[in-house]
Amino acid sequence: MTDPGKELIDRLVRDLRPVPALALERRLLAALGLGLLGAAVLMAGLLGLRHDWAAMMASPVFLVKLAYAGGLALAGAVATARLARPLGRAGAALPTALAIVLVVAAAALLALAEAPAASRRELVLGRTALVCPFLIAMVSMPVLAGLLAVLRRLAPTRPLAAGAAAGLLGGAAGTMVYALHCPETGLPFVALWYTAGILLTTLLGAGLGKFCLRW
Amino acid sequence: MFLRPSEHELHCLMVASLDGDGAAYRCLLEALTPLLRAYFRRRLHDDLSAHAEDLVQETLLALHARRMTFDPAFPFMAWVHAIARHKLIDFLRRSRRAVQVPLDDFAELLADPADGAALAGARLDVDALLSRLPERTRAVIAKTRLEGKSIAETSAETGLSVASVKVIVHRGILALRNQFGGKT
Repeated sequence: MTDPGKELIDRLVRDLRPVPALALERRLLAALGLGLLGAAVLMAGLLGLRHDWAAMMASPVFLVKLAYAGGLALAGAVATARLARPLGRAGAALPTALAIVLVVAAAALLALAEAPAASRRELVLGRTALVCPFLIAMVSMPVLAGLLAVLRRLAPTRPLAAGAAAGLLGGAAGTMVYALHCPETGLPFVALWYTAGILLTTLLGAGLGKFCLRW
Repeated sequence: MFLRPSEHELHCLMVASLDGDGAAYRCLLEALTPLLRAYFRRRLHDDLSAHAEDLVQETLLALHARRMTFDPAFPFMAWVHAIARHKLIDFLRRSRRAVQVPLDDFAELLADPADGAALAGARLDVDALLSRLPERTRAVIAKTRLEGKSIAETSAETGLSVASVKVIVHRGILALRNQFGGKT
């Protein structure tokens, strides 16, 4: 009689391959890279690059957009890598993300206070306030999908939190791509609507994570 | 009797396994099997205990497929425990959704009226009612109305005529009705 337990162990030992250092982080990075590629294709194909992109890239507001989304993406990446392991917790990533949001919100309020009253409405709403959060979420989808696909094969024991972390990283990374299209120039606009787009993607990630990240 | 392997030994085996050392890996999996078996057996009771062995195998597979999530800077058994616990919770969630109560449990309950607490209570009420009747009337009503005997059988057992039995039953029921004002 063959022992099924022994048989399984034989099979697993035969299947053993060395695991390189930082294998988990590399997989997440690969998913992020592929997702960003997808996001760029989506942005360029459906929305189009800003026509004055060369001049825009040097503009302070564009750099602020990149720095803001980049900071949040970093916090999201740290949280995702930690929550991909059993018992992992987001740790300092969540307060860091909140601090970044608060700093940008404070800067936006300052900018708003200094601006002449007549231009305030334009600074907050711009011309794309209604679509901006949804476009950000849409552009972010390839990144979020790639991250969730990788997370499924890792070992998250908090599916909701892991999904939210992937959503934060995906939303923030997607926002960096979206900034290449976005025609807005107001800091208050960024603080409000970019944040809304990233938050929307984070919530989507949490909801999807709860259902997708079962193993 | 085997000595329980120490965290340090298992941790070393795992680190070697991540480098691709098959012998260390076999040693590790063989050491983990009884630990996992005990873990699941302690937590699965009654009709679920048969699934302990499946869960051991499922956990070994998960440890294997997701071994890159082990961080050597952290305790090895905490990692194993977290995955085993995840598998257990997942299993319990699945089995609760598919809970099946065998139908013959219900049949048994229905087949034996004495099992029903409500019926037992009703019987006590009837006994209390009858105790208020005269001895002979009570005996006749008990035989005809509770034990299901015919008038003729009751007549033969008590030595009363058939007509007397009918009259006694009729009067007794009337007396009860008058006493409690209920409808039969």
